[in-house]
Amino acid sequence: MRVSGAKALVEALKDEKVEVIFGIPGGSTIPFYDALYECAEKGELRHILARHEQCAAHMADGYARAKGIPGVCTATSGPGATNLVTGIAVAHMDSSPVVAITGQVPRSMIGRDAFQEADIVGIATPITKYAFQISKASEIPDTMKAAFMLANTNRKGPVLVDIPKDVFYEEVDYMEAERVRIGGYVIKSGDPHPYSIKRAVGLVLESERPLIIAGGGVIASNASAELARLAEIIPAPVATTLMGKGSIPEVHPLSLGMIGMHGKGEANMAAEEADLLIAVGMRFNDRTVGRMEKFGENAKIIHIDIDPAEIGKNLGVDVPIVADARKALAALADRLIEVGIRKKENEWSRRIAELKEKYREFYNSEESRGSLSPKRVMKTLRSAIPERSIVTTGVGQNQMWAALHFQVLQPRTFITSGGLGAMGFGFPASLGVKVACPDRPVFNIDGDGSFLMTEQDLATAVVENIPTVTIVMDNRVLGMVRQWQCMFCEKRYSETDLGKVPDFVKLAEAYGAEGIRVEDYGGLESAIRRSVDAEVPVVIDVPVSPDEKVLPMVPPGKTLREVVWFG
Amino acid sequence: MAEEGMRIISAIVEDRPGVLFKVTSLIRRRGFNIETITVGGTEKERVSRITITMRGNPAVVEQLVKQLSKIPDVLKISELEPEESAFRELALIKVSATDPSKRSDILNYISIFRARVIDASKDSLVIEIVGQPRKVQAFLDLMKGFGVIEMAKTGTVALARGARSSSSSTSSSSSSSSPPD
Ligand SMILES: Cc1ncc(C[n+]2csc(CCOP(=O)(O)OP(=O)(O)O)c2C)c(N)n1
Repeated sequence: MRVSGAKALVEALKDEKVEVIFGIPGGSTIPFYDALYECAEKGELRHILARHEQCAAHMADGYARAKGIPGVCTATSGPGATNLVTGIAVAHMDSSPVVAITGQVPRSMIGRDAFQEADIVGIATPITKYAFQISKASEIPDTMKAAFMLANTNRKGPVLVDIPKDVFYEEVDYMEAERVRIGGYVIKSGDPHPYSIKRAVGLVLESERPLIIAGGGVIASNASAELARLAEIIPAPVATTLMGKGSIPEVHPLSLGMIGMHGKGEANMAAEEADLLIAVGMRFNDRTVGRMEKFGENAKIIHIDIDPAEIGKNLGVDVPIVADARKALAALADRLIEVGIRKKENEWSRRIAELKEKYREFYNSEESRGSLSPKRVMKTLRSAIPERSIVTTGVGQNQMWAALHFQVLQPRTFITSGGLGAMGFGFPASLGVKVACPDRPVFNIDGDGSFLMTEQDLATAVVENIPTVTIVMDNRVLGMVRQWQCMFCEKRYSETDLGKVPDFVKLAEAYGAEGIRVEDYGGLESAIRRSVDAEVPVVIDVPVSPDEKVLPMVPPGKTLREVVWFG
Repeated sequence: MAEEGMRIISAIVEDRPGVLFKVTSLIRRRGFNIETITVGGTEKERVSRITITMRGNPAVVEQLVKQLSKIPDVLKISELEPEESAFRELALIKVSATDPSKRSDILNYISIFRARVIDASKDSLVIEIVGQPRKVQAFLDLMKGFGVIEMAKTGTVALARGARSSSSSTSSSSSSSSPPD
């Protein structure tokens, strides 16, 4: 089949079973969009027109995380491509499979500072798993196949493919790419080495106070069942990182909730007191471990990760298991059953129960500061929406309130920018999630500052009919930064007061969405219940005092034991 | 005779546009402190060898190797044992040699160090020296006394000794015992 490069790209996307692309066209991608024209007519390859390329990238990312398959976004050359950067960096830090296609100036113009030229391959290299620049149309089928293969295998991540405009016009014989090979890249089986399993089993048998810490890798490898099984066999309580939230239902008796700077008291204390840490699909991020050199000082550490470069990157470990989380957890559990472990109620489980009890009151208390308490907002949301609803978040206090007080019951139902912590992620991500899972209610818990960074894509939500619900924790401040200023800068609130934010109800209405302002918990609950099945996007404005804090908190540079409860 | 504390990393990479950038970008981003980096061809077409030398504890070197192996264009990467590898650096040194007596001193050192004069003028000599970095450095230090006008040095290139190959996967483990250095 003799086709243009642009058509070849479309065919390659179809071969990869891509159903939807998020993007904005431009001069360099006009031929690509021209080739998409017929797709729209035939109902193949839905294109969702974003209002900002950053949003297109976050949408593709949200789509990928909810569905577990790559999300695709596209932008024109130069400014379009650079606008994708934040979204790509988020996907990179959170190992999310996103394929970004950018236009480039014609080959003859590259390197001449042509109009709308940006070296996007150079810019994106440090924040992608791989960045390609195509130099002739005949490379398109293989390169696209390679891009999807790289994005979606081993440790997942974003891949960028940059295509010069004239290449889109070049003619090529299209044939679906067969298996492609790129350099030394091999798709790993993910099987754990029996010797490391044996050593890990030894450590488990010796331990008296084991703790499992589950990260995003558990969710990426669909290992939730294996995680719960292992935890129950040992038995060991399970703390999660922010990215690992949902890897174990947070109502599971062994679940401790999130660990780390803004983690739960019981999870942090358990990590301090444990004599064995089984870290699965997590990377000892500074927000998770507190003071790095003190973390796990008194414990042996088993580290399970698909990426060998994670082993020893931040922390030395006793037993590394380079493997897929699901396979490693299953192998470990099987071996433990074989050797006949089943520790029952013991001193450690009593201690864990005691810790949980100790902090229970704190989580239930509601010292409201005049307006709605964030804690209770999160609980109200949880009780009012179906279990299978998916929640995304902004970044800041809103994100941490959600992490602490919104119980996640299923994997892939809590989607947040954990690694990069990019404000503005939540809303566009919620749109990608809804496109991936149209039958599920999708809620975005946001901050006013975060929402204002990407709210323009309400236009996309309305036009494309993507009804998600955004709950704006409206405190009129850049709350998390303000909290730090309160706690560590003697309340010198420098540039964190937003002064006036738009009227979010009117803002929503201006776009043709629905806006609801709530004044009390009753109003909140009915607004949420009403919007579960909403047919248009909804923005719920929830007034929150600027003085509300995320607590407990481990101050930066401190150990997890040095947690602050009141501020 | 190995250089003290020196670690040599040898990466076999696909020779595509941008590969060197990907490697150096990673080194910069992760803050690895390398001493030299060289790139050149191998016995295979479209396959290059990147040799990196650095000082650092084993954990740092191991982390660099692991990070570099994540670059899909990297076909193979290994740390070479300095004791079991041949490694060389090349330097071109232009020294001023106006005074005839000094000139003969210089020529003396050149023969001791098995260096070579590759260009001579009335006032200067350009000398080529190949050897282990330490030898090159020692020679350079000597030349400084005569007035070095300009100097250019390559980084280190290295190969494992013996029949072992670090660029293909079929490697045999026999190695030559006494280095004909
Ligand atoms: C793009 C971006 N810019 C700046 C920051 C730094 N930052 C972290 S939290 C925060 C405040 C967030 O404010 P808001 O979205 O209103 O949420 P709140 O903390 O009030 O819930 C800021 C500015 C960031 N994380 N991302």
